[in-house]
Amino acid sequence: MDGLIKHISHPHPVTGVTNSKLGIWLFLASEVMLFGALFSAYVVLRTGAPAWPEGAKILNVPLATLNTFILITSSVTMVLSWAAAATRDLGKFRKWMAITILLGCAFLVVKAFEYQSKFSHHHYPATDNFYATYFTLTGLHGIHVICGLLANLWLLLPGSKLFAKDPEMFTGRIEAAGLYWHFVDLVWIFLFPVLYLL
Amino acid sequence: MAHAHAAAHDHGHHELPFWRKYIFSTDHKVIGMQYGITALLFLFIGFAFIMLMRWQLAYPGQPLPILQNIFAETQMVGGIMLPEFYNQLGAMHGTIMIFLGVVPLAVGAYGNYVVPLQVGAPDMAFPKLNAMSYWLYFIGGVIMLTSFFLPAGGAQSGWTSYPPLSIIAGEGQTWWLIGMAFLINSSLLGSINILTTIIQLRAPGLTFWRLPYFVWAQFVTSFLLLLAFPPLMAAAVLQLMDRLAGTSFFMPSGLVVNGQALEIAGGGNPVLWQHLFWFLAHPEVYVLILPAMGIITEIIACNTRKPVYGYKALVYSVVFLGFMSFVVWAHHMFLTGMGTQMSTFFQVTTMIISIPSVVILTTLVLTLWGGSIRFNTPMLFALAFLPMFAIGGLTGLPLGLNSTDIHLHDTYYVIGHFHYVVAPGTIFALFAGIYFWFPKMTGRRMNEVLGKIHFFFSFIFMNVIFMPMFIQGLAGVNRRLYDPMQYAHNQSTQGLNVVSSWGAWLLALAQIPFIFNFFWSIFAGKKTQENPWQATTLEWTAPSPPPHGNFTVEPRVYRGPYEYSVPGRKDDFYPQSSPEGK
Repeated sequence: MDGLIKHISHPHPVTGVTNSKLGIWLFLASEVMLFGALFSAYVVLRTGAPAWPEGAKILNVPLATLNTFILITSSVTMVLSWAAAATRDLGKFRKWMAITILLGCAFLVVKAFEYQSKFSHHHYPATDNFYATYFTLTGLHGIHVICGLLANLWLLLPGSKLFAKDPEMFTGRIEAAGLYWHFVDLVWIFLFPVLYLL
Repeated sequence: MAHAHAAAHDHGHHELPFWRKYIFSTDHKVIGMQYGITALLFLFIGFAFIMLMRWQLAYPGQPLPILQNIFAETQMVGGIMLPEFYNQLGAMHGTIMIFLGVVPLAVGAYGNYVVPLQVGAPDMAFPKLNAMSYWLYFIGGVIMLTSFFLPAGGAQSGWTSYPPLSIIAGEGQTWWLIGMAFLINSSLLGSINILTTIIQLRAPGLTFWRLPYFVWAQFVTSFLLLLAFPPLMAAAVLQLMDRLAGTSFFMPSGLVVNGQALEIAGGGNPVLWQHLFWFLAHPEVYVLILPAMGIITEIIACNTRKPVYGYKALVYSVVFLGFMSFVVWAHHMFLTGMGTQMSTFFQVTTMIISIPSVVILTTLVLTLWGGSIRFNTPMLFALAFLPMFAIGGLTGLPLGLNSTDIHLHDTYYVIGHFHYVVAPGTIFALFAGIYFWFPKMTGRRMNEVLGKIHFFFSFIFMNVIFMPMFIQGLAGVNRRLYDPMQYAHNQSTQGLNVVSSWGAWLLALAQIPFIFNFFWSIFAGKKTQENPWQATTLEWTAPSPPPHGNFTVEPRVYRGPYEYSVPGRKDDFYPQSSPEGK
């Protein structure tokens, strides 16, 4: 049946995109609404609160800065892995994709240390609405990172079999995963100042 | 194209095993039918719930006849329904009817089955995601239903789940939230799929201005699902955190329950939930009604044998409706004390959004003018939709104006209003669609006599149920009352509750001809060719039922969707795929 459906590997001549690229953009639009709603909820809660703690005094800004660099770097390596696939260099693709995954894991490890230090000081989501927002937003972002890692891992290992069969479709898949990965990165770029600095 | 033909040819030959062909299928037609059958079952279950509740409303405190033994002691004592069980049924009636019944039928079933056929595509753009969308919906439905078997029963905070009550409610509410998460993700996948299919997979020659109106309606509906559901997902996550992790997103400071102060951090905002919820739930109203309008337009154009009046006006209206539906949500919240400026804004947008709805209704009525109308069953349902939706729409005006809403808010008037839109409105359109596309799905027609019996009795009893609610509401009867006799001012209209209840039970009887007709016609209905209604759109050029891959010849489109009674032609219809002069 896959032979029947058009525009899987090659872009539609008018819209200029493949089905999966359009699909992932639509998905990201809905993700914008998801995080948009959460950020709005944050604004409503914070403006309605008589007092709101300063993030920089409670949270670990140096660690979060490190994490920001890790995530931005992983976006760059993701692009490099896509470029390698686009120039049909499977070995290079594997290298950059593996580095992307490792950086994603490093982000989660740093995050886990941050959580751990909060828990050890008996700061939980139930403590107050600052911590509630912090844990919920970063937790949901963390789940998104994990989903991105799983997708990337799949593309690195079993998914890369497609490279031999249809390299153009394979490159399209990496591009879709990359768009998602950049989006997850972008969410963090918003989360970092909102939670840690403002 | 040669490649596509070869693949289509190749496909007819190898048979898939039963479970791949009918259970875990990736064919849009099978998934559409799975959605349809599951949604019809859920509609029946939701209807059964309200029939039980209507006994309590008509005869409060009297034991339920016949059925009393099938309920647990936490639900009914001596056949008398407990208030908690009444609340569970109420919450689940709303949830099931909207999220598990009408939307899956309108978008999941018709969107899946008809859209690829009408755009001339062999399948949806993402067949596997399509199957996943159905199974997420199915799991969500199972979670909702099994929550009744929890020790404390299912969710009982209404389909709106307003905090703080929903957060201090029993375990059923957690299941409701998890069930909703499945349904939200299901509709997310579905809407991405429908949008991509419409944008990428239209047949050659099928420009946007040649799309059947049903496809336009599904297009806008999918955008609403795509962009309006995520805020509810966000809200559900926050409510889950409130319930499970002890946060206070929606819990205000100093909350006292049963005389005891709750041990929570506080500082939350219960109205925040209402904003997030209605940000979804108002566009959701248009998710319910737009596909219905699409179905009605197809049927009216075909059965008046003339082009729809003002096709472009219809399209601009539906797109405008889609945009506006994102900025009217707080008209559900006039009584929350959000301030007069906010209320004024939402009152104005609400009045504006009624304009495109009226344009759509007017063009459909004008389409009837001068047509040679065929009064078959789908057309009868479509014709009944027009006044029923009009009653639903017009009774909404006093609710949208915030001074009149003060009196009417949370009364039976509201229930009457939105049920006129959804029950004799959308559900009639969905019935019309079943009678209209049944020959395409099965290759056989449904019986006309049984269809007409189904229509006339349904039409009468729908009105018997919902018309009295306007009177009750104006008299000040609150919705969500377990015991209508509790307040003195309700007693004068108690007789109307009896009328409504009998209407509901008789409406159930009126569905028997439909259920019988449906199953009987699958096996013994009159056989038809591919185009029994002499219609113009692409789905009628595919065989009935369409094979895997849909079209035997790749369709090519030469004209708009509603070229009926074109002067100088022998036939009174000019199919979209007929080349010039043929």
